[in-house]
Amino acid sequence: MYTAASFTAGFVFGLGLLVSGMANPAKVLGFLDLAGAWDPSLALVMAGAVAVGAAAFTFMKRRTRTLLGAPVLLPSARRIDRRLILGSLVFGVGWGLAGICPGPALVLAGTGSAKGLVFLVAMIAGNGIFEFFERRAAPGPAHT
Amino acid sequence: MSIAWNAFTPASALIGGAIIGGAAALFAVLNGRIAGVSGILGGLMRPQAGDISWRIAFVAGLVAAPLVWRLLAALPEIRVDASVPVLVAAGLLVGVGTRYGGGCTSGHGVCGVARASPRSIVATLAFMAAGFATVYVARHLIWQ
Repeated sequence: MYTAASFTAGFVFGLGLLVSGMANPAKVLGFLDLAGAWDPSLALVMAGAVAVGAAAFTFMKRRTRTLLGAPVLLPSARRIDRRLILGSLVFGVGWGLAGICPGPALVLAGTGSAKGLVFLVAMIAGNGIFEFFERRAAPGPAHT
Repeated sequence: MSIAWNAFTPASALIGGAIIGGAAALFAVLNGRIAGVSGILGGLMRPQAGDISWRIAFVAGLVAAPLVWRLLAALPEIRVDASVPVLVAAGLLVGVGTRYGGGCTSGHGVCGVARASPRSIVATLAFMAAGFATVYVARHLIWQ
């Protein structure tokens, strides 16, 4: 049940990326190109997603169990540190180079796009590099 | 800055965004988790018992979305302009950066902003700024 719900959420997420045009890297880059012919679509995608998401997160705020009875595991971290900012800046540079972020990378792979697969493999390699340095710094289970 | 009215798709952006928000809402309400693609995928790098199947299911859902879409209709336009070397560099940066920053466009940008998390708002501003700057440098300083 839990796994089926997870699959459904991923599937609906993927449909949303396709409908919104955000699975199309050229369209994402059109948003990031402020100095060129700017396509504001991504801002409206965020607005739509945040509006719907906010309602659900407000509903969950008072609950300790989900509708399926699972424990609520929403993050509670509040610290704004160097890792958060540097990591996000590095991510933003990669995002700006190709117009692809992790969700669309998986959708692109599902379309059979060879270039999408190249990006996905490199991204997973990047995850591996992160894990390598994390484990060297502090062996033990990850928190995410 | 000039708005590319021919590329701007406000209706599909808002509807697609609402679908993405719906997926995040579903995941929060049923699974009690943040629909953050980089964290869900990255967690598979350090697999722990009982923490694997829901991650694989979510990823499979994202990959399945275009496969099922294609059975019913033609896929929307998807264009990857970046060359293979750029895709490799971008993928590595996204893979490392999203893990250090603890999230990407979905976890921080959609879910975190919807929860009004200060951490996620800072992260979103950081990766957006880096994305804008990267596209500016790539398209208007290097290419011209």
